[in-house]
Amino acid sequence: MATLAGAPGALTIERPDGQPVHVGPVDAFALETRAKRLASRSVKRESKRAGLLLATTCIDLTTLEGGDTPGKVRALCARATRPDPDDLTVPPVAAVCVYPALVAVAREALQGTSVRVASVAGSFPAGQASIDERLHEIRAAVADGADEIDIVLNRNALLAGRLEVVRDEVAASKEACGHAHLKTILETGELGSYEMIRRASFIAMAAGSDMIKTSTGKLPSAATPPVALCMAEAIRDFEQQTGEAVGLKLAGGIRRSKQALGYLAIIAETLGTRWLTPERFRLGASSLLNDIVLQLRFQTTGRYGRPGDLPVD
Amino acid sequence: MSERVEVRKTYKLFIGGGFPRSESGRTLAVKGPDGKLLAHVAKASRKDLREAVRAARGAQSAWSDRAPYNRGQILYRLGEVMEGRRAQLIAELEDVGVPRAAAEADLDDAVDAAVYWAGFADKLDQIVGAVNPVAGPFLNLSNAIPLGVCGLSCPDEGGATGLVGLIAPAIMAGNSAVGIAGGQAALVMSTLGEIVATSDVPAGVVNLLTGDHGQLLPWLADHADVDLIDVSGAPPEMGEDLERRAAENLKRVVRTHGAQDVRTANAFCEIKTVWHPARI
Amino acid sequence: MTTARSQTGTGENLAETFSEYVPSVEARDIVSIKPRYGLLIGGEEREPLQGGAFATIEPSSGDHLAEISEGTQADVDEAVAAARGAFEAGWRDLAPRVRAKYIFRLARLIQDRARELAVLESIDGGKPIRESRDIDIPLSAAHFFYHAGWADKLEYAVPGMRTAPLGVMGQIIPWNFPVLMAAWKMAPALACGNTVVLKPAETTSLTALLLGEIVQEADLPPGVVNIVTGAGETGAALAAHPGVDKVAFTGSTAVGKKIARQVAGTGRRLTLELGGKGAHVVFDDAALDQAIEGIVDAIFFNQGHVCCAGSRLLVQEGIADHLLGRLKQRMELLRVGDPLDKNTDVGAINSHAQLQRITEFVEGAESEGCAIHQSGAPLPERGFWFRPTLVTGLGGSERIAREEVFGPVLTVQTFRTEAEAVAKANATRYGLSAGVWTEKGSRILWMTQRLKAGVVWANTFNQFDAASPFGGVRESGFGREGGRQGLEEYLQLEPAAK
Repeated sequence: MATLAGAPGALTIERPDGQPVHVGPVDAFALETRAKRLASRSVKRESKRAGLLLATTCIDLTTLEGGDTPGKVRALCARATRPDPDDLTVPPVAAVCVYPALVAVAREALQGTSVRVASVAGSFPAGQASIDERLHEIRAAVADGADEIDIVLNRNALLAGRLEVVRDEVAASKEACGHAHLKTILETGELGSYEMIRRASFIAMAAGSDMIKTSTGKLPSAATPPVALCMAEAIRDFEQQTGEAVGLKLAGGIRRSKQALGYLAIIAETLGTRWLTPERFRLGASSLLNDIVLQLRFQTTGRYGRPGDLPVD
Repeated sequence: MSERVEVRKTYKLFIGGGFPRSESGRTLAVKGPDGKLLAHVAKASRKDLREAVRAARGAQSAWSDRAPYNRGQILYRLGEVMEGRRAQLIAELEDVGVPRAAAEADLDDAVDAAVYWAGFADKLDQIVGAVNPVAGPFLNLSNAIPLGVCGLSCPDEGGATGLVGLIAPAIMAGNSAVGIAGGQAALVMSTLGEIVATSDVPAGVVNLLTGDHGQLLPWLADHADVDLIDVSGAPPEMGEDLERRAAENLKRVVRTHGAQDVRTANAFCEIKTVWHPARI
Repeated sequence: MTTARSQTGTGENLAETFSEYVPSVEARDIVSIKPRYGLLIGGEEREPLQGGAFATIEPSSGDHLAEISEGTQADVDEAVAAARGAFEAGWRDLAPRVRAKYIFRLARLIQDRARELAVLESIDGGKPIRESRDIDIPLSAAHFFYHAGWADKLEYAVPGMRTAPLGVMGQIIPWNFPVLMAAWKMAPALACGNTVVLKPAETTSLTALLLGEIVQEADLPPGVVNIVTGAGETGAALAAHPGVDKVAFTGSTAVGKKIARQVAGTGRRLTLELGGKGAHVVFDDAALDQAIEGIVDAIFFNQGHVCCAGSRLLVQEGIADHLLGRLKQRMELLRVGDPLDKNTDVGAINSHAQLQRITEFVEGAESEGCAIHQSGAPLPERGFWFRPTLVTGLGGSERIAREEVFGPVLTVQTFRTEAEAVAKANATRYGLSAGVWTEKGSRILWMTQRLKAGVVWANTFNQFDAASPFGGVRESGFGREGGRQGLEEYLQLEPAAK
């Protein structure tokens, strides 16, 4: 369905199999206005509880610090399977996300649970190593037991205009993943405009990513509602053109339940309830889980809680 | 029955939203007409001036990005807060020998000046800007843009109005400001910092230095990161020297005397003109 | 992508329960509505001299809210006399900076009572709380704020001219933006030194009367602002009154013409802000998702009760089918319902009469051969509601293609070239607003220079600002509100001495 193909100024990206996909322009002010309105939906009572539980099941509980040790990762995995030690009705998160060196530890700690093991790989976060080194790291992480791999887009090539290089490297990474699920991080904070974010989204999807992701979390600028809306619209348009459903992961600066609920509203009203599931939506976060647990407790008890009561991970 | 011992105020500089003493440790001894010491007011050094300019530069870009309506609202708030501090400022003027009636009139005028300039912010482009009817298929727009960091020499004998009369138009137009005043205006200059700090003015947009014009103005006029100086409060004999120093980086030199009209508004902005073609 | 509003509770499906958004209703108790309201004349609330009262109802339920006084000729006489007295006695000669400070006070008080005004506006008028709270009331405060700053700067209003106030203003406002329209009228009038007699719309008097309270709280001298409530006859009496120096009217073109005829030969100044049939042009290079948002905003915002609504979509032929498909999907997400629910997108139609008019238009279009598409939004049982509607298959001469519907109804036509878009857009006796969506700057400018409208939006719609002059051309009226140009309507001008 190429009705936009003839539109002046439309950028066309060729998939590895030769099929073209068309990227259109984005108007920043209108995008931001819509995102703001969606993110400020007033979500109360049953809708809020449902949203909080849903958000929990979509969290990739993440630790990516130089000082991560097996002990730390095991504690994180325990948290992942039981977010509220006092309330077993709070479901486990979607995944735990760690560096490749700790994949084996996470795999063992999560044995027998529904929580997946995700690993960053491919010279995270800058992605500036050679493609061979990056692919090697991916294969090693998968061999250690990672179910999901988060790579970074080659922004060097993207911002220099070598779009085919970007595409080919993502395609190669997908192949190196084997059966593992590939998430491609765009690092939206480096891209400069919504149009570049839309372009990067399309390239990542065209090359075979299972999920596109906003940020590494290593830069100050993070996921924002307009960025999420921009990527969600790209995902929707990609599905309309190709029939393929790609997921969305938002990461970076998501600490409060209200933010999470705002993002759920953006997804619900752009992509629909079909995307409100861990298969197609993730929130990369760490402290968010605590805030959700406190909010759920408030819903149950009617009293404001104390963050210090929750386990430290 | 013993008299209550009052807690005397410490008068400090106002830089980057905070209230430091001078890095030099020096002070101005401000005395009443009877010679009695009122306070040791911080006396700004050239290094304080340097820090103030740095703070002003850091804050200016975000300040000018705000909508003019927002800047106007903040200036109005400054007027509200100043109105609330009327009695204190009048007392500080009386203490240095200003007659009561004059002090009251000064406060009336100072608050009204803040309100006047608050109402100018969202009209500046309409009054000094234009759409220009060029002889070609273009949309040609001239807009007022701020200069950047403005150094303001405020008259020592001008009371609160002398201070607000320069600071308000400068920041109305999207500039940030470093103000200098001493002598009879030292106490109210310091208190004005407290008023600015509680009026939603972002830190660094307004910086207020109590000190000596003769000492500080040459450094200000020399400073390469200052875009304009208003020498309304400078001793007239300093004029030529300041203008010569300013020529080094071609910073603008103006003497608005805080006049409440478009001349002052013009002094604190410049014009950018943009062409957009309109053909298909 | 449906907004499944299932009533069956949470169940197993978290996604459904989340996305239905259970009602999040703004509390009404911030507002206290009196059983009966008088007129505000000469600084006092008083009963009408002869007339009775009429009911104002809540359009989202049909419930009775309060009794509003019916002002008659006698009351209008008194109000005009009070305004004249206040003008002569001091308002005219007040120092401009003093007048400015009174008007700044009004701005601040509106901000203080913003939530109350927003809730009352939504209850009495039917518009969603999200709009009254986030758009109408803040813009109203901004309007007073902006104009307050002009009061002592009128020497800059018109270069080379010395200014003076006109006197007593007769101002008649509509029901679609009650507080905002009151602000648009009162603020410039007062800033320029005039006094005011305001006649609010009969279905939406409550917030005007609350503004009257605010005027008193601000300690404005009595008689500077007077409010005479009533229906069409009250407005006519005000417009015809010989003691009024200027009439400002916002409303339908039909009534505007009546007023123009009344004022003819009297020397009274007149500004009219009337109806529109705004063309909304979308080119094939537009940012599509954002253009869809713009289209939705242009016609479904405020239930389409907007004189400058983008009610005629003109879409470039190559993308028409694709765009319409997307637009229909987007319309399904529009939540129609309780104005006080913070998640409501489209509120209640303002009155039964207006609902009938809209219904007639759409039924008429169908009988003239057009295709009607409506969103599937469920509607509440009580109250006045109309679903977002698309009308396609138009030739261009149907009644619905040419006349103002004033409801959430969008007509759709196509075009091929820029020139054709301009011709179709301008083929109307109205000329209030227009919109253009394209990513190419020079095309924006080429189009905006040729569209015959007083306000043109490019890659956006329904943007308003106190600093931006608003008003129409042709039969959408004359005169501007807002900006420097808007002041001229409230001033006498004499050449400044050379």
